[in-house]
Order: sequence, then structure tokens, then C-alpha cells
Amino acid sequence: MREIRFTLNGREVSTSAHPMARLIDVLRDEFRMTGVKEGCGEGECGACSILKDGRIVNSCILAVGMIEGAVLETPEGIAATDRGRAINAGYAEAGAVQCGFCMTGMAVATEALLRQNPAPDEHQIRTAISGNLCRCTGYAMIVDGIKRAAIKGSGLW
Amino acid sequence: MNKSPISTAVQRVDSHGKTSGETRYLADYYYPDMLYARCVRSTRSRARILAVRVPELPEGYYYVDHRDIPEGGENCVAMINRDWRAFAADLTSFYGETIGMLVGPDRSRILQIMDSIEVEYEDLEPAVNIDEALALKGGPIHGSDNLFAEINLTKGDPDAAFARAARVVEGTFESGAQEHVYLEPQALCGTFEDGKLTIHASTQCPFYIRHSVAEALGWAAEDVRVRQTVTGGGFGGKEHYPDVLAVPLAVATLKIGKPIQLVLPREEDLEVTSKRHPSRITLRTALDSDGRILGMQLDTIIDAGAYESSSRVVLQRAVFTGIGVYDIPSVRAHGRAVATNTVPADAFRGFGAPQGLFAIEMHMSQIAQELGVDEDEFRRRYFVRRNSATITNGHVPEDVKLNELLERVKQLSDYDRKRRSYARGGGRGIALAFVQHGSGFTGSGERDIIKARVRLRRTEDDVIEVCASNVEIGQGVDTTFRKIVADVMEIPYTEVQLLNTNTDLTPDSGPTCASRSVGVVGYLLQEGARKLKARANEPGPIEVEQEYRQPPEIRWDAETLQGDAYPSFGWGVTCIEVQTDPVTLEAGVTGIWAAFDIGRAIDELVIQGQIDGGIVQGLGYAQIEKLESSNGRFQQITMADYVIPTSLDYPAINSCLVDNPYPYGPSGAKGAGEVVFDGAAPAFTLALQHAFDLPLRRIPVTPEYILEVKKHARNPVHA
Repeated sequence: MREIRFTLNGREVSTSAHPMARLIDVLRDEFRMTGVKEGCGEGECGACSILKDGRIVNSCILAVGMIEGAVLETPEGIAATDRGRAINAGYAEAGAVQCGFCMTGMAVATEALLRQNPAPDEHQIRTAISGNLCRCTGYAMIVDGIKRAAIKGSGLW
Repeated sequence: MNKSPISTAVQRVDSHGKTSGETRYLADYYYPDMLYARCVRSTRSRARILAVRVPELPEGYYYVDHRDIPEGGENCVAMINRDWRAFAADLTSFYGETIGMLVGPDRSRILQIMDSIEVEYEDLEPAVNIDEALALKGGPIHGSDNLFAEINLTKGDPDAAFARAARVVEGTFESGAQEHVYLEPQALCGTFEDGKLTIHASTQCPFYIRHSVAEALGWAAEDVRVRQTVTGGGFGGKEHYPDVLAVPLAVATLKIGKPIQLVLPREEDLEVTSKRHPSRITLRTALDSDGRILGMQLDTIIDAGAYESSSRVVLQRAVFTGIGVYDIPSVRAHGRAVATNTVPADAFRGFGAPQGLFAIEMHMSQIAQELGVDEDEFRRRYFVRRNSATITNGHVPEDVKLNELLERVKQLSDYDRKRRSYARGGGRGIALAFVQHGSGFTGSGERDIIKARVRLRRTEDDVIEVCASNVEIGQGVDTTFRKIVADVMEIPYTEVQLLNTNTDLTPDSGPTCASRSVGVVGYLLQEGARKLKARANEPGPIEVEQEYRQPPEIRWDAETLQGDAYPSFGWGVTCIEVQTDPVTLEAGVTGIWAAFDIGRAIDELVIQGQIDGGIVQGLGYAQIEKLESSNGRFQQITMADYVIPTSLDYPAINSCLVDNPYPYGPSGAKGAGEVVFDGAAPAFTLALQHAFDLPLRRIPVTPEYILEVKKHARNPVHA
């Protein structure tokens, strides 16, 4: 079977997985990107969020055949950047993290937002993370964490 | 608030790894030769199972069922009772019950094989709701009366109260099922480690799993090891339910001898795991000619589903909390936990209290409305105080700061002005709910059942190690436990190590539930740390243990359910403001304010997280989380159908705490995890009542329900 090639966190990679395999399974099982979480498997919760060509997508409803040539960034890739560290620090300071299962997806949504809008207001933040469900926090402390991240990482986006 | 130094927020120890993706949850562990499991489930609410036909399996695939339970074991999931079967054998009692387990190396192949397994049933007539179950439709599911538990309580002289009554007000209030939707679905893995059967699990209660697995296998508890993996939310849903998965998984692991991972797909998790108990509560109140309450009758029914699980204790809490924060002179309470052919209901944040508090808050407001007096002032007049007699003829052991909480919330929300200016039925509404929540196990449960024990150690290397079985599920206990010990030892909290995830290494300090981890176990840690500190000058390693002791003034009779049902209480006032649409009947929450007395916060940010998350989850329960059952099957089994709040649904919450240190809590802390949930549903529903000027009697309050009430109100009948 033909290899599917794509860029994963800056690295050229390929997979021989079936083109209809779910991207989330390939990322987790083959590339061990376990920061990509499966919360629902139906594109509702956002725990499996990644960036595909800079846009946020749910990797549980993408077939790996659709990512030929794409540039993918997972939570692990984002966390290793200065921007990722600013997001992490902002969350920590705000007390945004509880059970944490949604947080890697939240960090991806935060990165996607701040790339487009480095100084978002409350409503813009809430809109940007509205595809990422959290059951613990009621969201306000995550919103606060994103505001803090934007300040800490000012100039990085 | 009067801030104590311990309350000052620190950075949570688990924040970094959870954000970066370094932290591994159960599904992130890949063992060599690991197999995957799926449950074969019943597709009948009530039926005899005549045959299960499994096709010939390819090499490396296994079918496991009740026949694989080893000799000396028992086909049961031992919880409080042992009625829940590990594998349905000849009878199935609810749709989705586990019949068998299919295990193999390839997940898609397992699904293909699942499709070709045939179960032959002989249908029986199910009883799928409270009324059918009480009418014993299809014959009893449990015992002779379908009651898992029944409670009768009397306080004062209710007969005389009703005989004297100038007027009686009655209302029936209903609440629906609620799904936890912990973001990480149920997840377990069975392995052998050092030759010992080991269950790794996303769980609130590692020792519960150990108990149920050992009982089913007929082994000593010590022959099973349970390791908690980082747990992506619980809310009660990972209190007992993991036992139900762990037992079949343990049987499979024992049979096959390889690591087996069982992670429920979300749809299956929504369809078959335990929910919050639906309830129907009827309250009748006897009033004298001046509108004063003489007495109250309470009839509480909860729908327990097919097996008992925790329903007895949930019912107790629903009834014990059934008159809310009010001192009612005479009360007669009748409570029943009813068996139905539906998914067994179990623990969910609040554990019966939210149902009871919703009903009493709605009813007290109903009385005030019928009397034509102010709802808030009417309720305030009956607030309990220190030493007030409770529904179980015990006493309120502490200063009750409800009036102070009320004043704080009124200030935060500009309540009085808004309440006056929003005309009844004018489309805007604002309302208050007053709640209490007993911390810890009901009655003497902590002393007689849990018997919590913690261990603290100073190692050779001068590290302070804390061993307890209460686990981090998102609520912050990994951080707060360290803070409690560090505060006594006068060291940075980051220098305290916590061992709480392995039943071989930690003593059993009880389950992670019932608002008990900080309030009850945290106190043991504080006292243990004091012992350790007193011996600080001794050379070498030191180890101390601390066991639970019931506070001396607590009296409880577990047979008659008389006395002090809870040693301490959290208290809360929640205020919700709504704006409604007169055409679509939709409601938007425009403001949320709350004040709580939880003794003292161990960490302000952790508590703020509990308040925010609890209230939003409570608003979901009140407004949008519709989980309907039709013929014993849930109708909302995807996350597109069962909706939980998103970041756009509710505004930020403005909350505060009032200090009221509890002498038997660490630094004065009481439980906080549940009281924060309790007030949202009644406050929201009362605000809607104000906005629409309609009598609302059940949650969730959907636009469809409001329409129904509106139609009814055109031909008003006395409620």
C-alpha cells in the first residue's frame, strides 16, 4: 500500500496505515502522540484537537488518507515551543487545569486562537474554545489562563 | 474573606504535565502483547437469556463469560450489596448489561466478531419507570416490593401539625437522570505484575475495585493489586462503576494471562454507565392561619435502576437533606429507592442531595407564593441555627452563617434592586437558593464502615511521604494533601511526596467521594503530620499512622437512622439571573453569584475551580442535560444528543467564601466538592419561575417543558 506522507511537529514522516484509518489512532498508536486524547470519537468534545496546516481539527473524524502532504502539530509539538510554554504557564497561574483530559486539546485551541488574534477579548476566547468541552472547570479559569498566556507570550504570536 | 495563609493559592502539582501531554492516562499505556476488550451486552431490558452463540474465534481471540469465574468465586460485583452480577447468565435486567467480554489483539476485528455473536432471549415484561415498578409490572425485580431501601422518619408530631393546619400546600417535584461525562471515558487495564493480578484503572476508589475483584474471584483482598492511573474526571461516575468493569476484566485477565485494555467508547459509556437517580418528591406543608409552618410531609422516590449499588445511601442523603436548610418543627418523611429495569443509578456529585434540595427549595417558594409573601424572607425565617434539631433528631453542630452568606451574595449581585425591578412574568428573573451538604459518609459510616487510615513517613533521605488512598480526579487533592502536611511540617508543599495510587503501598483511607477527602482524610493527615513533627528530632526514618476517630459529640444509631447524620456541613447561597425569550421560551443565564461556607479553603484557586465547575455542571443538570428513557433505553447516547455546557453557555461566576473553621477539619476545612453543585438547579428554576411567572416543577427545564406548563396555566388549576 502507498505510504502517506505528512509533516508531524516539524518532522517529515510517513505511515502505511490504511487510508481510512482514523488519524487519531495513527497519531496515538503509531507515533505515540498520546497527548491527542479520545474523549468522544465523534468530533464533539475537542480532546483530540490538533493543528492541520495551522487550522484546528478533530483528529478523531479525519481519515489518515486526507492528510497527505499536510503539516500537523500535536499538543506535544506545541508544548515544546516558547508559545506552548507560555500557554502552559498561563494555565498554571490561573489554576485552569483540573482533571486535565481536555487540556491538551484546549492548548491546541489556544495556540490556534492566539496565532489569529494575539490579544483576544473574553468573548473571542470563549468562542475559540467552544468546540473543546471541559466538565471540571466551568471554563472561566481556562479563559483566564488564556488571557494570561497571551500576556506571558506577548510578541511570540 | 478572612484569609488564612494556607488558603493562599499555589500552583497545582499536576498542571504542567496535563497541559503538555506528558501526563499519561490509562489509554496512553501500551504494554507488549496487550489485547483489547469489548463487552457483549444485553439488548433487552428484561429477558431470560436462553443461549449465547459465539462463532468459532480466530486464533488469539477469546470470549469470556460467567463460566470463566474460577471455582470458589462468585458471579457478582460486590459493592454494598452483591446483587449486581458480573456477567448476566440466565437473566438480564437492563438494556446494556454485560453478558460476556470479547478479547483480542485487533480492535476492528473484535467489532466484526461482535456482530456475529447471537444472543437468544425470551422476553419478559419490564418495569421501566417508578410507577411501573411500584405496580410490580412483570413481577418484582427485587425482593417482593421492588424497594432496595425504604426510610421512615418522624420529627416532632406531624400528625398533630396536620390536624391543626389551617391550610395545606402540596407540590410534586421531579428531576431527571444526569450523565457524568467525565472527559476521559471509563478505562481499565488488567495485567500481571510480579505475578500478581493487577488492575490499572481510571477510578475514584482503588480499594473498591480491589474488594469487588477479590470477592468475585474468591481470593483474599491482598492477592489483588489496584493501581489508579491519572483520572480524567469522576464526579461519582468512577466511584463504583469501575468495579462493574473490573470484575469481568479480572476474569478475562486471569483466563488469558496477557495485559487487556478495556476503554469504553463514549457512546457505550453514555448508554450503559450509571447516572444520577431520577427522582419524584412530594412535599406537603401544614400551615397555621398566620401562614406559619407547623409541619411537613416528605415522600421521596428515587429510580435506582436494576441493581442496588449505592442507592440505599443515596436515598438516605436525599431524605436527610430533604428539608434543606430549614428548621421545621414536625416532619414525617418516607423514602423509597425503587428497582426498575433500567441502567442502575449510582453516585453523582451531590449523591441524592441535589434532588432533595431542588424539591424543598421549589416547595418553600411555592408556599411563599401561595401565601403572597416574599419568597426569600419566608425561607430566611426558617433557617437552621447551631443546635437546631435535624430531620433525624440530631443537631446542627456548628455556627450557621447562612445570613452572612445571603448578605454577601446580595451585595455581589445587587439582588434586592434587581428582584424588585424585574416584574414577575416580565421576561427577566433572578432568584436565590439556600443549600447545605453534610461532609463525609452518612451517619457512623466513617467510623463503622470506612475506618480510614493514613500513613506518613520521613525517609532516610529526609523526604516526607504521605500514603492515603484518596486520589486525584481533577479536584486538586494531590495539591491540597501536600499543602495540609507541608503546613504542619513547615516545609514547601513541593517537598511532600504523595503515594495514593497503589493498594499495595497505601493504607485504605477510604474512597474519593462524599466531600470527605479534605474534610475527613485531610484532618488525619494534619494530625499525623503533627505526630511526625513532634518526633522530628529522632534520627533515621520515622513512620506514623493516623486512624479516624468520630468527633466526640456525634451520636448516631444506624438501625433507626436517628441522631447526627453528618458531623459537619457545607453551606451555600447561589444566585442565578436569567433573560428569557418570550417567543422561543429559551433562557439565557446572565449572571451567577454564590457564597459558600466550607470551613476554610485549603487553596483558594482549587476551591474556585470547584465552585465554577460545580455550578456550571448544576446548570447543565437544570437546563440542558436531557436524558430521557424510552422502554428502558436512554435516547441520548451520543455527545451530539446529550449536551453538556460549552464555554459559551454560562457567564463567569462571581463567588466568595465565608470563613467558619471546623475543629475536626484540616486548618478548619470542611468538604466543598458537592455543596457547590447543589444550589444551581433550584436557583435557576426559581429565576425562570420569576421570569415566566409559571409554576415549574421539574428539571431539566427545557423550552418544551415551559410550553407545556404555559398551556396548562391558561386554564389554571390549583398547583
